[in-house]
Amino acid sequence: MKKDIILAGVGGQGILSIAAVIDYAALSLGYNVKQAEVHGMSQRGGAVQSHLRISSTRIYSDLIPLMGADLIISVEPLESLRYLPYLQPEGWVFTSRDCFKNISNYPDEDELFQQISQLPNKIAVDAEKLAREAGSVKASNMVMLGVAAPFLGIEIENLKLAIESIFTDKGQKIIDINLRSFDAGLACSREI
Amino acid sequence: MGNLLLLGAEAIARAAIDAGISGIYAYPGTPSTEITSYVQNDPEALQQGIRSNWSANEKTAYEAALGMSFVGKRAMVCMKHVGLNVAADAFINSAITGVNGGLVLVVADDPSMHSSQNEQDSRFFGKFAMIPVLEPANQQEAYDAVFHGFELSEKFQLPVMLRVTTRLSHSRSGIIRKAALHQKNLALPVDPMQFMLLPAYARKYYHQLIEIQSDLEEASEASPFNQLQINKPGSTGVLACGLAYNYLMENISEKLSDYNILKIAQYPLPRKLVEKLFKNSSKVLILEEGYPLYEELLRGFLPNEKSIPIEGRLDHVVSREGELNPDNVAMALGIKKNTTAGKEMVLTSRPPSLCQGCSHHDVFDALNAALADVENSQVFADIGCYTLGALPPYNAVNTCVDMGASITMAKGAADGGFRPAVAVIGDSTFTHSGMTGLLDAVNDGSPITLIISDNSTTAMTGGQNSSGTGKLKEICLGIGVEEAHIRMLEPLGKNHDYNMQVLREEFAYDGVSVIIAQRECIQTQLRRKKTEKKDEPLVRNCKH
Ligand SMILES: Cc1ncc(C[n+]2csc(CCOP(=O)(O)OP(=O)(O)O)c2C)c(N)n1
Ligand code: SF4
Repeated sequence: MKKDIILAGVGGQGILSIAAVIDYAALSLGYNVKQAEVHGMSQRGGAVQSHLRISSTRIYSDLIPLMGADLIISVEPLESLRYLPYLQPEGWVFTSRDCFKNISNYPDEDELFQQISQLPNKIAVDAEKLAREAGSVKASNMVMLGVAAPFLGIEIENLKLAIESIFTDKGQKIIDINLRSFDAGLACSREI
Repeated sequence: MGNLLLLGAEAIARAAIDAGISGIYAYPGTPSTEITSYVQNDPEALQQGIRSNWSANEKTAYEAALGMSFVGKRAMVCMKHVGLNVAADAFINSAITGVNGGLVLVVADDPSMHSSQNEQDSRFFGKFAMIPVLEPANQQEAYDAVFHGFELSEKFQLPVMLRVTTRLSHSRSGIIRKAALHQKNLALPVDPMQFMLLPAYARKYYHQLIEIQSDLEEASEASPFNQLQINKPGSTGVLACGLAYNYLMENISEKLSDYNILKIAQYPLPRKLVEKLFKNSSKVLILEEGYPLYEELLRGFLPNEKSIPIEGRLDHVVSREGELNPDNVAMALGIKKNTTAGKEMVLTSRPPSLCQGCSHHDVFDALNAALADVENSQVFADIGCYTLGALPPYNAVNTCVDMGASITMAKGAADGGFRPAVAVIGDSTFTHSGMTGLLDAVNDGSPITLIISDNSTTAMTGGQNSSGTGKLKEICLGIGVEEAHIRMLEPLGKNHDYNMQVLREEFAYDGVSVIIAQRECIQTQLRRKKTEKKDEPLVRNCKH
């Protein structure tokens, strides 16, 4: 078992919570985990990414090599394209369709989605809408985790247990919203 | 003990607590901040009374840690690479005095400058000070290196440097803990003159420091952190320092047998191991995460015909700048890699920006308006979130050099005849290194207008307490700024015209003015309100 995952988004969008859930599930299954994060300057609304590596054998590098990633999970469509050089030719891209426009020269949306639709393996979903229906837009990161879930090499049940553990301090209501969001994302990728 | 998933920085903090430190001293700085904040929030550390408040700057932090070591306790001091420039005086001299209780200095370098002004390599400082330096390759090794570092420090009575970089500090991995040690008892130095660097003593201690170098080298030869693997005599050798080892192994772990590898994580460089590597290899590739410090040394200054070929950063087999990664190491090894050339798209970049509602925003609006009619206006700024005022849409500030330089550069410009000489500084930067410069300006009567954009926190590094919160006006008065020219503003859109007016008045004043524009950082405010709401025990370090 070996998965190399790139998480992408904008500072403050919660990609580290996605990482925390996958980390927790992977560790509980006895896998090795390495997860490089971004702190500091770029967290101020800049582009952020995390390299997440899971393996049943020893992991050396904290960084994924170019063309080495199995998946890109992005909570923002422009950001989903930024790390394509890291993706294997047959790798998958999962992205939300919610544009985060904090820059004046944000690309034309149609062109952006056109580019995404040309990728060989991709799923783009309205993550914010699904999260809102599940109880809170803040859980759109869990929608994206749900979309990617069947591709992670980790049982769905383990991921759900991890969500419960990660959010346990926040109370049952928040856990439920995050689980519902996860399920909504999962349903999207099962449709395909 | 279970397997904890910790950032490299957190692994160091965990180890420091487990190794029985009595205190950790630091000023925040990416990528070192999380070490101290972990200790501040750790229940065991709280229960054991390990002191962990933020210091005013790296020099005060270093000296306090040295004081704790003086009385026989273990202390850790943490900073980012440029912080060691500030603490250098204390650091270099502490290598001459030596230590009593174990003292480990953690320096976090930032190759590729993810969040820094430069990518200086702290191993230079370690070599300069002639002390042992540890450079762990991974998070578990970082944890273990803290224990090893304290042992070395106490064995040789020297401060020990633990050098990490951004990738290690900000990457998580599973950590296995060791059995925790108790804090040390108070014990004064055996030699009452150990810390007395009058020349007569200093000469003696410096001589001892030189004498002990061979022992330090012996320790490196025997260190479990340095490992030599001769896999095939006559093949290519690789000398891999710190994190470089990971990128090497990422590329060759499957066909390991072909390379001779010397993994280095403890300095001074073990001469015998290096000799063995060179004797058994046809050429040697030197991989250093940072400057080509040892590559330069091993190449020598004049061409050495007898030496086998050496490759590294100096001949651009590895890029001369920036951090290593699996890809540039693969290229240096000559391992064929499909490149993605042609596939790369040009994407709109998304640089960091000020948060919506940030108080600095209103400061820059007022400042830009007040300077609108001034031809060729220049604003000397400093380091913090407000440095983003250099970018559009503000284009409000012109310099960012080192912490505190805004005030002193404005002073120099004013002394040279430039008007208005305006400086912008954050509250934490002001107390870090700005106060002494302001004293210079007051003593010289240099006409500067200093704007302290006071968001009452150290925002750039994540909102740590700022040591001057609530005291800035009194500090300026104490330094000797006239009360009539200390002006208090609230940076809000509704006060724009008034704020602009006040700035103009002070620009026109031919002396030192300080404008304190106070409004809390909205991120810090949000966090504070959340914690207050939760009514959790606050781990705050205000000294009120
Ligand atoms: C010598 C040194 N130490 C630490 C840092 C890291 N650093 C950069 S900005 C900053 C915080 C500045 O806080 P403040 O001046 O209050 O500005 P704010 O970010 O709150 O706007 C720190 C600690 C540095 N660049 N140089
Ligand atoms: S973190 Fe605070 S100081 Fe920094 S940009 Fe955001 S609001 Fe402004």
